[in-house]
Amino acid sequence: MRKFFVLLSREVRSYFYSPIAYIVLVFFLLVSGADFYFQLSFMNQRPVPYSVQEAFFNSVFFWFAFVLIFPLITMRLFAEEFRLGTIEPLMTAPVRDWQVVLSKFFGALIFYIILWLPTLLYFAIFQAITHQPAANSGGAYLGAYLMLLLLGMFYLSVGCLASVLTKNQIIAAIISFCVITLLFFLGLVSFILLDVSSSTRQLLGYFSAIEQMGTLSRGEIDTRPMVLYLSMTIVMLVLTHQAFQSRKWRL
Amino acid sequence: MIKVENLTKRYAGQTAIQDLNFEVGKGEIMGFLGPNGAGKSTTMRILSSFMPPTSGRATIAGFDIFEQSLQARAQLGYMPENVPLYGDMRVNEYLEYRAALKSVPHRRIAERVGDVKELCGLKEVEKKLIGALSKGYRQRVGLADALVHEPALLILDEPTSGLDPNQIRQVRELIKNLGKQHTILLSTHILPEVEMTCSRVIIINRGRIEACDTPENLLGQIRTAGGISLEAQVGPDNGAEELKKVAGVRDVTTTTDGEWSVFALRVESGADVRAEVFRLATQRHWTVRELSQRKATLEDVFVEITHPDAR
Ligand SMILES: Nc1ncnc2c1ncn2[C@@H]1O[C@H](COP(=O)(O)OP(=O)(O)O)[C@@H](O)[C@H]1O
Ligand SMILES: [Mg+2]
Repeated sequence: MRKFFVLLSREVRSYFYSPIAYIVLVFFLLVSGADFYFQLSFMNQRPVPYSVQEAFFNSVFFWFAFVLIFPLITMRLFAEEFRLGTIEPLMTAPVRDWQVVLSKFFGALIFYIILWLPTLLYFAIFQAITHQPAANSGGAYLGAYLMLLLLGMFYLSVGCLASVLTKNQIIAAIISFCVITLLFFLGLVSFILLDVSSSTRQLLGYFSAIEQMGTLSRGEIDTRPMVLYLSMTIVMLVLTHQAFQSRKWRL
Repeated sequence: MIKVENLTKRYAGQTAIQDLNFEVGKGEIMGFLGPNGAGKSTTMRILSSFMPPTSGRATIAGFDIFEQSLQARAQLGYMPENVPLYGDMRVNEYLEYRAALKSVPHRRIAERVGDVKELCGLKEVEKKLIGALSKGYRQRVGLADALVHEPALLILDEPTSGLDPNQIRQVRELIKNLGKQHTILLSTHILPEVEMTCSRVIIINRGRIEACDTPENLLGQIRTAGGISLEAQVGPDNGAEELKKVAGVRDVTTTTDGEWSVFALRVESGADVRAEVFRLATQRHWTVRELSQRKATLEDVFVEITHPDAR
């Protein structure tokens, strides 16, 4: 277990060695800040039937920033170790493959959580200034952030898999971007194809991150997406581990 | 310490090493010598559990490198060829990370890192980014990393490649000193290196072991253990014919340098015919300006083994 934490701490620190981390942080703050600002100014113009928090987590801005960050966070995880050859000192140290895979995944997850922390501040500031609650209930926060966490874990695990398949970071980023965008738009199909049967629509609804976020950010805690994303994350990590092990035989 | 049996590795369509068998005893400094592409790195990567062999097996300190890979790796400090390092970490930080990763107890990390920095001359760059270091310092960081957990066995892949002559001398000294406490397997394609540092040598060529012995024995084994050079004015004599009659001389080649004839004598191994040659010269009234013996070097062994027709 100690080795896992040694690896994890290097992974987390390594984000802050590279300029990519700061670019992602700044980009993310800008987009999420803009999102918050525009939602507020929109609400200033007319009465709306939803809360600031709901508006924030369900806007186009939000989703745009959301799908873009995963390739950026995960592309270098394995690909860079392969390219630099640092995989050789790493794997000839007495560490297990799964320790390496999990440390990279959780390192990415910690960075992802750090990205989201400032958004809590938005709501706090909103309440402090307006003396109004930003959300309808505490459960709404819980739902929205839980959804962020679970969907984030799934998309990060997809990014891990993409990164373990190549030693080229750009290729890793393109693979994970395509897969994540595809998965994401799967949930939009029911909005676009109006004449699909209701059962197909319902099926697609299970995969629709947008619909799920709609539900959860109202504070209705639905366990189905949680189970879905948690199990998909595990599947992706198992695949990543397999691909990582098979690298030895491909050498 | 290392035991290798029938080790074979095939890459897609190419056999890199074929049926290697050798042992390295505790406390030995074993040199692994061969031209580029001979399969040195491949063997070392297999021994360090970085990749599995196609067939055959190997043990390190009694642990099977495949079945008990974790225990085997714990015995070993490995320095890969070209020393890949994280350029965005600082020397201190990197060595501390590596020490922790290789199970150095928490309270001993500072002490161990201090020791290897001292040993490898890294004190003056300890706070620098690894990416900003020169090749020589990177090499030392790699060596410090290999040493930091006090492994019983060191595997060093071309530890002096890319260094300037001064640095090479320093690294060789360091390795020699390390040999007092560690078993070392080091690869190189530089011959003097092995002669100077190693207690035994494996010569590998095109994936096969061609020879495995002490440097001294290898020198004794080769057909031409060296040669004699004679520069003289021989007057009307046929110098080469006369010289061939001397016992122990196998072959004579003649070149000229102005008035002087230069004879290169190949002699039987172990024979010293200089006294005989001198006697012959005085008897025939030759004017001699040079008579010298050239000792065979490992280079001769190496050339003879790896290019049998080059001489
Ligand atoms: N990853 C690889 N894929 C295919 N062939 C390789 C690979 N690595 C090395 N080889 C080949 O295997 C042979 C041995 O290489 P190597 O062990 O690196 O030699 P050395 O270290 O003695 O120079 C060479 O012919 C090389 O081209
Ligand atoms: Mg090599």
